[in-house]
Amino acid sequence: MTSLADGDWHRLHPASPLLRGGIFVFALLGFVIANLRERVVDVVFGIPRESGDPLDEIYERGAVGWALLIAAAILIVILVAFTLSWRMHTFRVSEESVEVRSGILFRSHRQARLDRIQGVNIVRPLIPRLFGAAKLEVSVAGQDANVQLAYLGSALADGLRRDILQLASGARQPRPAEDTPMPYGPGQGAGDPGMLPDPTPADAQGGSLPATGGGRRQALNDYASARVGEFLAPELDPDAAPPESVVRIPLLRLIGSIVFSGFTIFVAVAIVALIVSVIVGGSEWLLIAIFPGLIASVGYYFSRFTKSLRYSIAGTRDGVRVGFGLLTTSNETLPPGRIHAIGVTQPVAWRPFGWWQISINKAGHSTNDGAAGAAATTVLPVGSLHDVEKVLELILPEFAIDEQRALIQRGLTSRGGDDGFHNAPRRAAWLRPFSWRRTGYAVSAGAVLLRRGVLSRELVLVPLARLQSVGINQGPVRRRLRLATARLHTVAGPVSATLGVIDAGEAVRLLEVVTAGAVASADSDTSHHWSRTALVGQGAAPAAPAEAAPVGPAGPATEVTT
Amino acid sequence: MAEQPVPDYPGSIPAELPAPQPPVGATPVAGAPPTPEPVAPVGARLDLPEAGEWKRVSPKYVMVEIVGTVVFLVIVCAAAGALWLLLDQVWAAWVGGLIALVILVSLAFEPRRVRSIGYQLRADDLLFRRGIMYQRFVSVPYGRMQLVDITRGPVARLLGLADLKFVTAAATSGVAIPGLAEADADALRDRLVELAESRRAGL
Repeated sequence: MTSLADGDWHRLHPASPLLRGGIFVFALLGFVIANLRERVVDVVFGIPRESGDPLDEIYERGAVGWALLIAAAILIVILVAFTLSWRMHTFRVSEESVEVRSGILFRSHRQARLDRIQGVNIVRPLIPRLFGAAKLEVSVAGQDANVQLAYLGSALADGLRRDILQLASGARQPRPAEDTPMPYGPGQGAGDPGMLPDPTPADAQGGSLPATGGGRRQALNDYASARVGEFLAPELDPDAAPPESVVRIPLLRLIGSIVFSGFTIFVAVAIVALIVSVIVGGSEWLLIAIFPGLIASVGYYFSRFTKSLRYSIAGTRDGVRVGFGLLTTSNETLPPGRIHAIGVTQPVAWRPFGWWQISINKAGHSTNDGAAGAAATTVLPVGSLHDVEKVLELILPEFAIDEQRALIQRGLTSRGGDDGFHNAPRRAAWLRPFSWRRTGYAVSAGAVLLRRGVLSRELVLVPLARLQSVGINQGPVRRRLRLATARLHTVAGPVSATLGVIDAGEAVRLLEVVTAGAVASADSDTSHHWSRTALVGQGAAPAAPAEAAPVGPAGPATEVTT
Repeated sequence: MAEQPVPDYPGSIPAELPAPQPPVGATPVAGAPPTPEPVAPVGARLDLPEAGEWKRVSPKYVMVEIVGTVVFLVIVCAAAGALWLLLDQVWAAWVGGLIALVILVSLAFEPRRVRSIGYQLRADDLLFRRGIMYQRFVSVPYGRMQLVDITRGPVARLLGLADLKFVTAAATSGVAIPGLAEADADALRDRLVELAESRRAGL
């Protein structure tokens, strides 16, 4: 256990205010450079400048003293503000909760209960990453309800996440020594193709400069090599993730998945329109309208590509870990039972390659953007059927047995018929002319599976313990056809668990079966203290039944702003 | 969602839909319970055969709906009239008249629609239904409750009514029971909170 999770108040990385304001610092720098552009050109290339810039102006008016004074005052104010903000920004991790106090004039105190944690995310934006800092984000359910620790030393953030997850899991005694962290040690990831081999072992702890002995130069060298080692370290840091559970994306497949996307069709249409307009001539406005969009699309491709690079998903003791990103890396751990719905989809263009995408609904949302630019709800940007199976096993451990595996297989690729799913009757062809055979549901191992779509295929899995409610609808058209619409209500997200057509009698049965299953699963669900249940299951814990979450009047997160 | 300001014609059948050709139950449903389900006649409404007695909302709630609809009608008529008489837009009169007609017809079905709203507290879940033309059934396990909301509009307050909303973590649940007598609403709220307390599920 690191010293950070001892229940006392701690401060963040001293450079935090600077890093948090990173973009503004750079904007300021850019502003200054833009204003002094000619002077810079003069200094660097010796080309004499013609017109005056702000510095000349100041000099000519004889206000050098004032200017220096003002600059110094601004600098001092910034320094004082940064120092104060750093001193006032403290956090505490106790057995019950994570708390953050911040603000100078407007104090705010935010507290998140550990048993309500929806995920712990470590984000390393490019610039803080260069300085060996990372942002730790504890998400709980709700809008803007995250507790952010920005920034911590990189290794400290990893350690703190481990501690938070351990405390949240309900494991009271410290875990065996085998999973003590080896920050970026070699070995892990050495066998992964495409990974840079043998990252420099980083001894420096979280950006603290080892200033003793060896002189300044030596210390600087150590610091630099530690930074480089961290920067080149494999994205999946070695935290007891069994290598066989790790799913990665080959580079070619990633490129292919981005190229064969709906956006490409859009771009292709735009390019064709552009060429036609040039050939026909006379309509410059089209060029003006489309060309900037095309340039922007390059940026879109690039950002999608870099964000999905170095993607990995792995099963750890404390849930599924999803990491991705080349320049800005993000690495989120979702504890067991935090996923409310899973959607496995296959766009038409991906069918020849047999690729699938997995996205999820979850209650807590990290503020950091995800792999596809949307909120981080894509668990697998692109993967083969085999990858899908592995990921689903990680997300839904009950689905590891053959029966469920076969069910998923059929749910993904079957053309319908008698295959374990309750499919829509033939008369549904009036509403779903192609996909009615495949439109159906199944209930198995604590989850509902909804299957639909025949060109773009889709399978939705909803864990019954997370299901909020079930509804069935019927309008006049469906009444005439003795059909209905069924909808499983989950927390908001990209996955919609809706069945467009279902036999009316079957819909009523679904309502009853799924509700009963949801009640039963919730009763036996103890994932808010996931580790404790595992111990109870093994009979190793001294009679520690997972008690119901003792929830006070306050919700999962409380915030006091004074 | 399911609530649409469309006039309800109970039992009406859209004429443009041809009758289904294949025989009933052409596709065998694998794994379905072998209960011999009595095949519902074409055009039959959804119903839950195993559900018990539905509790209905207060008949006085019809007044609230009617007042709301009439206010809307007046606004539509005023807007259409203003466009027609002041700005000389003749089409506005036609459109306004059409909308007014639809609203008036739907007014006639208001009592029927209010009667269709029902709920029941079962052992582990709250069951809710509403709508006649666009029917909607929702079942919410008590443990999923995040909060219960009681609101009283001006007309409802005059009539001593209140609306109760059962809020879960899913925005789409949409269980709102309107037109309960105030005492009933309070009692139901307390009962729901109590039930949810004993069946609490985390998020």
